Amino acid sequence: MTTRAYSLGGGFKRPSVLPGFGLTLGFAVAYLSIIVLLPLSALVLRPATLGLSGFLDVLFDSRVLAALRLSFGAAFIAALVNAFFGLIVAWILVRYDFPLKRVVDALVDLPFALPTAVAGIALATIYAPNGWVGRLFDPLGIQIAFTPLGVLVALIFIGLPFVVRSLQPVLQDLDKEVEEAAVSLGANRRQTFRLVILPAIMPALLTGFALALARAVGEYGSVIFIAGNMPMVSEIAPLLIVIKLEQFDYAGAAAIGVIMLALSFLILLVINLVQRWSRRHEEH
Amino acid sequence: MVAQARRALSIAGETVEPAGAAQARRATTEPPLVRWALIAAGVVFILLVLVLPLISVFMEALRGGAATFLHAVGDGDTWQAVRLTLLVAGIAVPLNVVFGLAAAWAIAKFDFRGKSLLITLIDLPFSVSPVISGLIYVLLYGANGWFGPALKELDIKIIFNVTGLVLATIFVTFPFVARELIPLMQEQGRDEEEAAISLGASGWRTFWHVTLPNVAWGLLYGVLLCNARAMGEFGAVSVVSGHIRGLTNTMPLHVEILYNEYDFVGAFAVASLLAGLAIVTLVAKSLLEWRYGDRLAAGRKH
Repeated sequence: MTTRAYSLGGGFKRPSVLPGFGLTLGFAVAYLSIIVLLPLSALVLRPATLGLSGFLDVLFDSRVLAALRLSFGAAFIAALVNAFFGLIVAWILVRYDFPLKRVVDALVDLPFALPTAVAGIALATIYAPNGWVGRLFDPLGIQIAFTPLGVLVALIFIGLPFVVRSLQPVLQDLDKEVEEAAVSLGANRRQTFRLVILPAIMPALLTGFALALARAVGEYGSVIFIAGNMPMVSEIAPLLIVIKLEQFDYAGAAAIGVIMLALSFLILLVINLVQRWSRRHEEH
Repeated sequence: MVAQARRALSIAGETVEPAGAAQARRATTEPPLVRWALIAAGVVFILLVLVLPLISVFMEALRGGAATFLHAVGDGDTWQAVRLTLLVAGIAVPLNVVFGLAAAWAIAKFDFRGKSLLITLIDLPFSVSPVISGLIYVLLYGANGWFGPALKELDIKIIFNVTGLVLATIFVTFPFVARELIPLMQEQGRDEEEAAISLGASGWRTFWHVTLPNVAWGLLYGVLLCNARAMGEFGAVSVVSGHIRGLTNTMPLHVEILYNEYDFVGAFAVASLLAGLAIVTLVAKSLLEWRYGDRLAAGRKH
């Protein structure tokens, strides 16, 4: 934590001998405004042209509601699956030694590096009824690709690294002495994990969960190939934005975008509050 | 620390019995059976979820044999897509590098009001859906957008044109370089720069000879991630591209077109090029982490 304790006094900036403040800050703010702030303000302001009733019409359209339910529902389940397996993966990478550990560690980032469209067509092929995995489920009468299950598969793929990468540094820094202390007080391993380790890594686990969820809600490329995109069944909210745009319904597309962003921020806010609560609970 | 553990245990109302030293050693790790079960579960999950799709890309691409693969890769439209992808990334990545350096310099080397707000805003594009990232530019520059009529008057095309692709790509890759550099430069402090300046070096000279060498590896790391995303972005560019073959068709978009035309070998052939890029990125990233891990991690922790 090198952030210095400082007071700015009455001024905007603390005096410094280093040059270039005006130039670099000016450029950064101008670039940020043109690339990020101006376009996002268009997103927020555009739905206003619909008026309140028009906006509500978009929101309560049954197709839009179905798409939002699928996007957020599947994202939530995928984030739960990732929280569980992500914890296992992070745990074995930090605590244990096994062959090819470094390769496994590097592979965790694959969803960051692999273009989503590539992941999308690969998953669609594997989980199709005649694909490597789909073939195993087909006789059981379970179809994965081109159903909501396919959406879930794609979102699990895309979210895993967020959980693992959030947990790894925290697990690494976890003090072994606390665990030893717990044991010397007579706790068994399961008690130590549940009562000592889990509370300590809970904030990081929640962060990973939240990041995976946020990413999954907006995910497009890896989902549309495997989803089948049937209206009311397997159509995700981002696809609905694309469809509205293709019909030149800019305000409608922006309205769905605003609803998605608002819902995402609401969820992140709740997770943030839970996180703060669990941290305080941990401290007292 | 003991008190902390005791409290945690007693809060939960668990019965605690004193234990021997040997038991303590054993008890800070899991029994071998559990350990191997966890390793198996983690590795199998990685194999099923991550490795299987990666392998399938190459298998499907080579399904028709090497000749078919080469034919698909050598196709004229494919090369147009490759060229366009390189062009878009070649513009977007350097611009974001300049921005990242400028933002990191201002944020790490100076104290000013609104700094944390600025850092939050820089991360904003990460929390926006790719489709929305494209949509916002259509809302500005599209035919029915804010500036649409004015642009039409001037005969400037941004949406359904390379400019739009570049803008959308810059947006989705916006935070990569900056968020890598800011913590790294904050960690390194200002003393070296202040010394160079007070010894009479100019601002530029200080930047080139003191700051840049110190952050070079972090910069490279950021560029690597930025480039991978820039070349692979699909949703955002899909919205602004209009899918015009030969003009606005990047590699990921070309994959989609071929796939939707049921040219699976072609789609997977182009996809395998992108998957190759992903593997190169992962290897380079891992090498950087192994070699400069402490410095990168030290920066990221703050």
